Amino acid sequence: MFKSHYKLERYSIGLAIAIIVVASIGGIVEIAPLFTIHQTVEEAPGMRVYTPLELAGRNIYIREGCYACHSQMIRTLRDEVERYGPYSLAVESQYDHPMLWGSKRTGPDLARVGGKYSDQWQVTHLNNPRDVVPESVMPAYPFLKETELRIDDLPEHLATLRKLGVPYTDDMVANAVSDAYGQAVPDSPQAKGVKERYGEATDVRAFDGDPGMVTEMDALVAYLQILGRLTDAAHKQEAVTGGIK
Amino acid sequence: MGVIERDPYTGHGTTGHEWNGIKELNTTVPWPIWAFLICSVAFAVLWWILMPAWPLGTTYTKGLLGNDVRKDVAAHLRAAAEERSVWMRRIEKEDFAAIQADPALMKNVREAGHALFGDNCAACHGIGATGGPGFPNLTDRAWLWGGTPDAVFQTIRVGVNSEHPDSRSSQMPAWGRDKMLKDSAINDVVAYVYSLSHPGGDGKSSAAQLAAGQKVFADNCAACHGADAKGKTEVGAPNLTDSFWLYGGGEASIYNTVYNGRQGHMPTWESRISKTDRKILTLYVLDLGRAPP
Repeated sequence: MFKSHYKLERYSIGLAIAIIVVASIGGIVEIAPLFTIHQTVEEAPGMRVYTPLELAGRNIYIREGCYACHSQMIRTLRDEVERYGPYSLAVESQYDHPMLWGSKRTGPDLARVGGKYSDQWQVTHLNNPRDVVPESVMPAYPFLKETELRIDDLPEHLATLRKLGVPYTDDMVANAVSDAYGQAVPDSPQAKGVKERYGEATDVRAFDGDPGMVTEMDALVAYLQILGRLTDAAHKQEAVTGGIK
Repeated sequence: MGVIERDPYTGHGTTGHEWNGIKELNTTVPWPIWAFLICSVAFAVLWWILMPAWPLGTTYTKGLLGNDVRKDVAAHLRAAAEERSVWMRRIEKEDFAAIQADPALMKNVREAGHALFGDNCAACHGIGATGGPGFPNLTDRAWLWGGTPDAVFQTIRVGVNSEHPDSRSSQMPAWGRDKMLKDSAINDVVAYVYSLSHPGGDGKSSAAQLAAGQKVFADNCAACHGADAKGKTEVGAPNLTDSFWLYGGGEASIYNTVYNGRQGHMPTWESRISKTDRKILTLYVLDLGRAPP
């Protein structure tokens, strides 16, 4: 055994290739089977896609680095399930490119924060977290409320995600700009199309409290309010695994 | 390959290289390392057999121990529920008054309630439940929707202006922004409302203005706030004669409220928190107001 190793050590290219082969075994064994094993991603028929406004909010979430302090992954541990709700399923992130599970929590997990607090709270909190949570160490984001949201590039965002497997229809891509506007301006003629394309349960309202201008705050709050609510697969899973509630 | 040279001092071979007169010993691997490696490999083989390990195309080896984190967490949650069930079952069955009269049970309520409140309610109402602008203080005597256990329980269940079909609904119209009242009428009614909780007034408003404000109030505001301005809990309209203010009781705040309206929002907790836990929260919140300051 050592004889051949001595020989290998004398050929730097051969040694480098051998190192790459050995080092990738661990990765291949752990990652490759996830693409073939049926149980990896659960079924969630009827799961809805992000609306253009929510997608814009998600992009702001990434831009501002929210994922660095907030995870979106409730682990299969008693304390997490009791605090945050049913543990996260892979299928809940199937339209997330990239996924935002995160690996560190300075703030709480946000996987099921949608609907937990009012829009007004989210806006107040993002504007200056200390106004509602005096002990908070989160940075303030007062500029979100004053910055008009860029929506003209949303059709391209939707088209790109469609290439990655998110089932956006031609209709959704073509109307992305008008839907993004309509979802945050409930009295506008564009608002009707949002529910037609994304379902009756879609939130259509002035998320930042001001229907006048579609701001980055509108988009981010719309995104936060949908987190954990694209599908109820996790709640069903809970029923299957033993009725926890 | 160079000629293997033995080191005269240790008796070990050398690697056969020489760097500026320095040669490197090629000592054999010490036995403790070998022993550790062999044990690790043996453990790994055993672990492959016991735990989920090898991928097999569309499935994987499940392991003899049948380990599954999802089953584990379900079992842990059941065990925890079992542990709590001694007193949880009593909270489930007994009515509010009976629980409040039982000090041992209220001790459980305070402990469990504190955790539930911190996870769910404290973000808006504050960790001490003292609220803030727009988020009601739960420790005082003022209750928008009634302070009985049943009323508080209902508020937690359905929320206020929430998505719940039975949601409590409260809309203070935007009298100024939506042009329902003239500016002068708004100024009059603001002066009048301010005078209700400040019997001396602000010294600036004339008796005529207060009288005009009273008339505006009777015509527009009394429907919800009552002719005596003491509020109506059925519609969540606050008492305007006391010193408790949700959005501030200064003239500027009152003007802002009258001009732009107010639509507070409390989420529904029916699908998020179990019925028994909502009962604990109700008792916990009411207990906060009773506790000595």
